[in-house]
Formats: sequence, structure tokens, C-alpha cells
Amino acid sequence: MITVENVTKRYGDKVAVDSLSFTVHPGVITGFLGPNGAGKSTTMRMIMGLDSPTTGRATVNGKSLAEHRAPMHEVGALLEDRAIHPGRSAYDHLSAMAATNGIPDRRVREVLDTVGLTSVARKRAGAFSLGMRQRLGIAGALLGDPDTVIRDEPVNGLDPEGIVWIRNLLKDLAAQGRTVFVSSHLISEMGLMAEHLIVVGRGKLIADMTVEQLRQSAVDNSVDVDTPDPSHLTRVLLGDGVSIDTTDEPNVIRVTGLPEAIGDRAFEARIPLHALVPRQPSLEEAFMTLTHDSVEYQPVAA
Amino acid sequence: MATFIAEPPVARSTRAVDPATNVNNRMETRNLAVTFSRVIRSEWVKFRSLQSNWITMLSAVVTMIGIGALSTAFLSGTIGSGGDGFGDTTDPTTTSLGGMMLAQIIVGIVGVLAITSEFANGMIRSTFAAVPKRLPVLWAKVVVVAGVTFAIMLPATFASFFIGQAFMGSDGASLSDTGVLRAVIESAGYLTAIALLGLGLGSILRRAAGAIGTVFALLLIAPGLLELVLPASFDNVLRYLPSNASLSFTSVGSTEALLSPAVGALVVLGWVAGLVGVAAVLLKRRDA
Repeated sequence: MITVENVTKRYGDKVAVDSLSFTVHPGVITGFLGPNGAGKSTTMRMIMGLDSPTTGRATVNGKSLAEHRAPMHEVGALLEDRAIHPGRSAYDHLSAMAATNGIPDRRVREVLDTVGLTSVARKRAGAFSLGMRQRLGIAGALLGDPDTVIRDEPVNGLDPEGIVWIRNLLKDLAAQGRTVFVSSHLISEMGLMAEHLIVVGRGKLIADMTVEQLRQSAVDNSVDVDTPDPSHLTRVLLGDGVSIDTTDEPNVIRVTGLPEAIGDRAFEARIPLHALVPRQPSLEEAFMTLTHDSVEYQPVAA
Repeated sequence: MATFIAEPPVARSTRAVDPATNVNNRMETRNLAVTFSRVIRSEWVKFRSLQSNWITMLSAVVTMIGIGALSTAFLSGTIGSGGDGFGDTTDPTTTSLGGMMLAQIIVGIVGVLAITSEFANGMIRSTFAAVPKRLPVLWAKVVVVAGVTFAIMLPATFASFFIGQAFMGSDGASLSDTGVLRAVIESAGYLTAIALLGLGLGSILRRAAGAIGTVFALLLIAPGLLELVLPASFDNVLRYLPSNASLSFTSVGSTEALLSPAVGALVVLGWVAGLVGVAAVLLKRRDA
């Protein structure tokens, strides 16, 4: 379990993280979502004890990482894919990390197997592809059999096969009852992976909700109506609480606030309808609505 | 004609062959804990697994022995256009250990890189995630860098001495002469101290270029340059620069211009303790 309590991080005048509080629970994948520059990586570094909060406290299983006897057993993190010396072999890299916490050599070979790097374990990590370095980083995170797994941008640089692999791996880890916390700026990826979401923007908490709740939040009772006579239908439908928008299709109008009665009214007015499609807003739209005001750099309309 | 497009062959279940299932074998975790000896072991694995460390150490040894051999061979007339012989001012022990002037820079670089390489490639974050108290990492690096440097440079200083004396024949010194054994051993000790000075500077500055430049300036440039630009009354102060202080215990037959061997050794240790101490405070305090 990860607990972030009222954490603020300032770099000079700039506030990277602003009074942020949330809890990440075991058993599900929790996505940490927000536009670039929202403070996700900084928050993860503070959870790992790499950066210290200006105020507030970030703990793993109730203690800061430095207070744990065997930190690698509490949390395994992969915050960046470069955290490996290019001149060292994969095996030596993992051996050096394992040694600190007294993790046996047998476990090093086990995690190399888990990530599929056994055959290249003696090769210099500098010769690895980005995907292989990611796998090596994941092996390092799994070394201590940690209760909590933290991953910054898990699918960056992976090929499609690798993406499916990491998704399944993280799901397995969560299913085993571990706390899995992954950041991303891509809601679509989180939609495929996470059950719960912590959404931040400009260092502030925007939402702490399930993916399903986010999906529902954007449902606005609008219906796309395909009709050969959109202008007539518009006149028939307009009324209190009803808004009608045009769409990219000339024959399709988007009717909001009148979920059931559209067909009835069209029938009464003898206007033919070709399609009546309740709109399912995408997770992207829901996310963008949620974070619209907190994107750090927005294009200004000319 | 209808085109029949076959479904691409898809593995029934990627989960069935997913290596991730290995994770189910949860490990024995009772004995897991960070201890200082384990951090030392980790730092030793890190040091020995980088080929560049051994190449650099080898070059320090070659420099140490090579320069000592060349200068003694030249002075004794074995090579070159006939040596000047040894005047009263040239001490055979000091001459044979003359490679130290460059070797100190090389071992200083080994010390610098022991930590700046981790900052450069981000490895430091893996290291601190494993040992979040951080300071054991610095102390373990001190142990490993000092141990390796002394273990390698001690035989190198002895080799330099014996090869040098062989070139000088009857003009040469003997280990049993007053102060000679001490000078040879403490030369290896001084090189070890400089490796730690590099480690301290590397940890403070975090970047190899700046730290190596500082090592170079402090050890090689500052003594000569400051003597030129400062009035003679400062000569007393300049004796406390690390390379000047080292002359008191790495050469035989001290003169008025030098500190006493014991004070000189304390001054060098003071530089190391000061820089590593500042490094420790900053390592604990700064974001990684």
C-alpha cells in the first residue's frame, strides 16, 4: 500500500506537486494519470525516497522506504529505463542490486528467466535494445519479491508484443495481491490495464476514481440521429433542456437531453430516421474533459 | 469473386506461456535486510564488473612503474646521453617513485568515476532504491575504492622502487635505509587517499568532467601556479595542499620546506575526511 499525505514539492518558485494526498491499494492496478509535467514522476520519486517532499510525507506500507529493513522486498520500482550502467552485464547489474538486500543468486537467475533475458545475461547492458533494457529494469524491480510495484510509463519504447507482456505481468502481480502503481499520460493504455485511477494535473489531485466511474462521468445522454431531413427534425425536437449540434456528417445531428423521446417525436412528425445511436464517449474524451483546465501548456487559438 | 481472408494465426492464450507466472514462486524473504557488509559486497560486484576500472588501474600501475624506471634509467645513464649522476639533492627513493605524480591523477579518476558514472546513467536511483539510507553506499564505496587501490598500488610502488634501484646500481637505496620502507608503503597510502579524494569530489560535483578537472587542478596545477602568483609569505600555507603535504612522507630525508611526515599524513587525511564528509552531508540531503 502506498500512502501520499499532503505532499508538496517545490523547485524554487515552481510548485511541481501541490498538497497531494491519495492512497494506492493492493490487489488492483492503479493508474497514475495526468498530462506531461503534472508531477507524476516527481511524486513517484518521492514515494521511492529519491526526492524529499518540501512538506508532507509519502510512505510504503506505513513507513518511509529508509525505515524498512529490506526495502527491495517492500517496493520494486522502475522509474526510468536508463538506470543501468551500460558497461555492466545484465547478470552483474542484478547481482549488485540483489547483494544489498541479501537476495540470493538463485533469485537473480529466476527474474532473468521471468523477463526472458537468460540467454543474454552475460552481455553488456549497453548493447541492449530499449525493450531489453526495460525488461532488465523490470527484473530489477522484481528481485526482492516486492509487495508494491511502481512503474513510470510502463509501455514507453516497447513493441506491441512487449506491451501485451508487461500488461499481463502487471495484471498478474496485482492478482497476486500486490500493490501495482503505474503512471502514464495515455488514458487509452490505462483503460486497458488499470482498474483504479489517480488523476493529477499541475501537481494537484483532480480525481481518485475507478476507470468505470471515469467512463460514466462523460456519459451525457446524447444521441446521434441520422435522418434525411435534419433541419425539420431539429425544429421538432428543440425545446427546454435540449441542445442540438451538427456533426461531421451532414445528415447526422447530435441531440442532448432528450434520450427516449426522439423516435416518438420523429414518428409523430413523420420524419424518417435511419439511425439512432446513443453516444458512448471514449475514455479519452472523458479524460480530456476532466483535465482540460490543468494542462500546463495549451495551444492558444489563433 | 469474394476474397476469403483467413484470420491471422493467434496464440490461443499468451497467458499460458507467459513467463510472468514465474513470479508465483514467491521467495524466502525472512533473511532479507540491508547490512553494511552486503552493501560492500554490492559495491565490490559493481567495481569488478566494469572492465574500464581494471584498464584504468592497469594504466596507473604502468604509469607508476614506467615513469620511475625511465627517470632512474635516464639519471643513471642507462639510457639517454649519459646521466648527470646523482647529486646531493636527488634522492634515489623519491626518483624511483616519480611516477606517482601522474599515477595520483589516474587513481583519482577511478575514485571520481566510482560515483559519477552512477549519476550519469541513472544507476544511482536503482542503488538508492535498494539502500534508501544512502550513506552505507558512500561508506561501502570508500571501503572498496580504498581496498582495491591500496591492494594494487602497494605492489606497484614496491616494483617501482626495486626497478629504479636496479637501474641505479650502487647509487641506489636499500629498503633497510632509514625512512625508505616507510616512504614506499606510504606512497601507496597516499595514492589510496587520492582515490578517496576523487570519490569525495565526484560525489559532491556529480559530474565526471568537473570532478576530474578539480582533481587535476588541486593536485597538479595549484601547487605550481599558487607559488607563482602568491607572495613568498604564503609558501607556508601552500605546504598544506595535498600533493605538497604528501612530499613529507613519500620522500626520504625531509627538508625545512616540508611538513613533518606525521603532520603531512594528517593533512592528507584531513583533505580526504573533509571532502568525503561534505559528500556524505550532500548525498543525504540532495534529491537523487
